Amino acid sequence: MHPLIREISLQQLRQDLPRFRPGDTVRVHVKVKEGARERVQMFEGVVIKRRGTAVSATFTVRKISYGVGVERTFPLHTPKIDKLEVVRRGKVRRAKLYYLRKLRGKAARIKEIR
Amino acid sequence: MMKGILGRKLGMTQVFLEDGNVVPVTVVEAGPCVVLQVKTPQTDGYSSVQLGFADMKRPIKALAGHAAKANTVAKRYVRELRGPLDQEYTVGQEVFADTFQDGDVVDVVGVSKGKGTAGPVKRHNQSRGPMAHGSKYHRGVGSLGSIDANRVFKGQTMGGRMGHERVTVQNLQVVRVDRDRNLLLIKGALPGPKNSFVTVRSAIKNR
Repeated sequence: MHPLIREISLQQLRQDLPRFRPGDTVRVHVKVKEGARERVQMFEGVVIKRRGTAVSATFTVRKISYGVGVERTFPLHTPKIDKLEVVRRGKVRRAKLYYLRKLRGKAARIKEIR
Repeated sequence: MMKGILGRKLGMTQVFLEDGNVVPVTVVEAGPCVVLQVKTPQTDGYSSVQLGFADMKRPIKALAGHAAKANTVAKRYVRELRGPLDQEYTVGQEVFADTFQDGDVVDVVGVSKGKGTAGPVKRHNQSRGPMAHGSKYHRGVGSLGSIDANRVFKGQTMGGRMGHERVTVQNLQVVRVDRDRNLLLIKGALPGPKNSFVTVRSAIKNR
């Protein structure tokens, strides 16, 4: 990679985000624009995947909303994320938790690390 | 009005805009370029501005002499800009990336990546035949037309050298201009490999 491109990329990285891994439950405070007004919306769920490096890194959060599984993928360094909180640290044995999609209810729980 | 600059494609990355949207960009090291010659209808039959970019390590004497008129060393990449220009250029004048502003729409000219000898499936987007079930026709050229003509018509698509040709990509947006480091961040992909020379100029269809 060209050093200037690396620099452009590194300049945009956010330093204020906590460390989190797949299996963790996070609460993402997303800035939502409605017309001229801007407000913050929550999206809370399990991180089922992290991919990419530097600016192009993304993570996917899965939650069950009114009985329907909803997954949302965010660019990790996007300014649209107001704040990110780690609610629970989960103990999982793989990097991509796609198996959670087939499970529901009790089976879809993840053990917590204490 | 037309303005332009020569540069080098450095590679791609992505940037976040103020509204939080992600844009894929190509980073171009644009300039500093030197005006080597100003052509006028009286002397050359047409008007244009000749720009040069990137110093030659061991200049050819003829080119060194040409560049000496502009008080500089011979350049590796020399191109002309034609058309109604945005300003009066003088020989020896330097052109930097800040001739462009954020939001400008540009055309970018470069030489595409060479693909070598390529078959018609890759080169002309022909569809391939079945790969199995006893088929012996996989990725070949197929029919060359009627046998009645007793010849193959001109323009028949076949395999051959692909790529390494001049390509212009039109209507790309300049997302960001870095004045200090002479960088242009242009939305989307540009022709050619990394470190290849490109010409960036105002979009011909968006003046």
